[in-house]
Amino acid sequence: MTPTASPQVSGAFDDIVRSDSSLRRFLHGLPGVDQVGCEARAAGLATRSIKTTAKAYAIDLAIRMVDLTTLEGQDTHGKVRALASKAMRPDPADPSCPATAAVCVYPDMVATAKEVLGDSGVHVAAVATAFPSGRAAMDIKLADTRDAVEAGADEIDMVIDRGAFLSGRYLDVHDEIAQVREACARPDGTSAHLKVIFETGELQTYDNVRRASWLAMMAGADFIKTSTGKVQPAATLPVTLVMLEAVRDFRDQTGRMIGVKPAGGIRTTKDAIKYLVMVNEICGADWLDPDWFRFGASTLLNDLLMQRTKMTTGRYSGPDYFTLD
Amino acid sequence: MSNPFEYAPAPESRAIVDVKPSYGLFIDGEFVDGTGTAFKTVNPATEEVLAEVAEASDADVDAAVKAARRAHTRVWSRMSGAERAKYLYRIARIIQERGRELAVLESIDNGKPIKESRDVDVPIVAAHFFYYAGWADKLQYSGFGTTPLGVAGQVIPWNFPLLMLAWKIAPALACGNTVVLKPAETTPLTALLFAEICQQADLPPGVVNIVTGAGDTGRAIVSHPDVDKVAFTGSTEVGKAIARAVAGSDKKVTLELGGKAANIVFDDAPLDQAVEGIVNGIFFNQGHVCCAGSRLLVQESVADEVMDRLKRRMATLRVGDPLDKNTDVGAINSAEQLAKIRELSAIGEAEGAERWSAPCDLPANGYWFAPTVFTGVSQAHRIAREEIFGPVLSVLTFRTPSEAVEKANNTPFGLSAGVWTDKGSLILSMANRLRAGVVWANTFNKFDPTSPFGGYKESGYGREGGRHGLEDYLKGTSVKGADS
Repeated sequence: MTPTASPQVSGAFDDIVRSDSSLRRFLHGLPGVDQVGCEARAAGLATRSIKTTAKAYAIDLAIRMVDLTTLEGQDTHGKVRALASKAMRPDPADPSCPATAAVCVYPDMVATAKEVLGDSGVHVAAVATAFPSGRAAMDIKLADTRDAVEAGADEIDMVIDRGAFLSGRYLDVHDEIAQVREACARPDGTSAHLKVIFETGELQTYDNVRRASWLAMMAGADFIKTSTGKVQPAATLPVTLVMLEAVRDFRDQTGRMIGVKPAGGIRTTKDAIKYLVMVNEICGADWLDPDWFRFGASTLLNDLLMQRTKMTTGRYSGPDYFTLD
Repeated sequence: MSNPFEYAPAPESRAIVDVKPSYGLFIDGEFVDGTGTAFKTVNPATEEVLAEVAEASDADVDAAVKAARRAHTRVWSRMSGAERAKYLYRIARIIQERGRELAVLESIDNGKPIKESRDVDVPIVAAHFFYYAGWADKLQYSGFGTTPLGVAGQVIPWNFPLLMLAWKIAPALACGNTVVLKPAETTPLTALLFAEICQQADLPPGVVNIVTGAGDTGRAIVSHPDVDKVAFTGSTEVGKAIARAVAGSDKKVTLELGGKAANIVFDDAPLDQAVEGIVNGIFFNQGHVCCAGSRLLVQESVADEVMDRLKRRMATLRVGDPLDKNTDVGAINSAEQLAKIRELSAIGEAEGAERWSAPCDLPANGYWFAPTVFTGVSQAHRIAREEIFGPVLSVLTFRTPSEAVEKANNTPFGLSAGVWTDKGSLILSMANRLRAGVVWANTFNKFDPTSPFGGYKESGYGREGGRHGLEDYLKGTSVKGADS
């Protein structure tokens, strides 16, 4: 992914984001989501059968889309170095195995990750803005973001203020995203990519997910992301479906492409492929690219590697044949 | 950019089903040769001949009715409801056990995608037998009496061969009737496999008789003097002929005929799901559905947006090998039906409607028709009035709920309708005003054995499914409760 120039948010939504009430009117005027129909559609797409060449392609694509993640209180520099090494060479036994898209860490680990990754092409993503709860003063959230960007983060994963969203203070959420967007700017005029995390498990309804998606896109998000991984349910197929529909509709209206990142709970190749099928059928092949779709995951990678080895050798290997991190 | 993410074919194996080179008639618990001229049944996806099937002559039909009469008087009507229920439960269980076999056979004989035959048809078939098994010993609570009519002559269509068989046979047997059933001439194979299942379930001989053949065989059943009840699902044209044939006799009749259902999308509808519902409404089973949502009525203010979304969605429909589990739309059932769909589509164009077909590669052999939508259609167009019975959608617009109701009801049919809106009160008021046997709200083409199904006007009379489905198989004092 090439770093974008400073925020290219046009003035297209100026009228809408003028006030809380105009923003509310717009968001509540979006087509609703019928829960039963949405879940049925996601379930239907999950039954597509992906085999042989399509499966081999999907596995490599999924590996290239992984944001290999460690977001634990117990994270250490050693752990992050190991993870970063793995991101560059997921399968040491097979040089043809692609690298992951990024490693995703807390801001204080960005420098360490950057040091290992160098110019390998694997990005460093940092969660910021008082992740995962988002409950901190605005200046602290912005400082958190700037720290991460200064330390070399290529991508910032911010959380929205779910409290503000659920109480209908949409404009606050919008402005917060827009401010974090500005905090992603670098002195050289480029900007870190901004991923906006909704924590869909807390937003609860699909209508809320669609509204949050539009809100974030209008505020300048480069990516919209389901979850922190700290709240259940995290990413689900129907939630991701609604977000994919939102980015598809947003491109229709504005010409701008926004990425989607489901995160949390995606552990198996089978699951990952279901997501790719959904991307393919809802948004089309344009989105089948690490620039536009990512998996936030820590355990998914090894299952992808195991399935990849099975595809090339015809045999399953045990977990001991793959590195822990 | 071409899409590298092409799904690999994932065809279901045909090995699970043993298609015999020729089939006889199933009369009195045995397979016997027919005395008519045998005919061939073909796989509509490949035009390959699957088997030769016997044609039942008048004499064969007479033998079947006699067998059914014997079984009725000597065994089946005398059996307690609980005993009959055991047979129905047993049949339901065998259908589940042999579900894959039934689904594969249905797909190769009918052309429908395996994901529909396996995930929709067969499970609902089993559910019907389970459901009516539950009624067999509780008929005194039905409100329709407990006395069976006798011998039921049943004629079913080719669009849901097994499902229509279940809708006909399960309630008839539960009530103590015996049956002579004729499957459609293009799709007889699963009914003959069902005959084997009856044998496997040790169903007393003569309770179920399956006679194959075309129109003449059907006429012989309908006009047979010893048939007490005629049940028919099929075209309105044939339905009218049946109604004329039995007029004046004391035969009880139910008819499930054609439809031209309105699928009504309001501007506040959940649009993405509405688009799914439109697709499911008309492209499910290649549009070979009597209750298909073949007339889309969309509110003018969202018409363009809905059409854009619909076309984009239609472009992702996968048309092809019915046995591939990735297939969304299968083959048209017969050359005749394909010709009829082509003819009506040509008329639509000639009348000035704008035609758009999903871009897709159709297989070289077999009978195929790309999912198609006509816009700019008005009530005066033939494609808005006649049942096409194929994957062809006509789109009309409306401005107010009243206009939607008027247009929806302005049809000789009245089988089903769909309403898409986020507003609950609108759903209820529309459901009250639409003259259709079924009104689906924010969904379409959903079937359940507990829910009665049937139409108004030229869509027929009588109800199948649910408690109401018992009514036309029982004689006795009809106790009308508040809910009947």
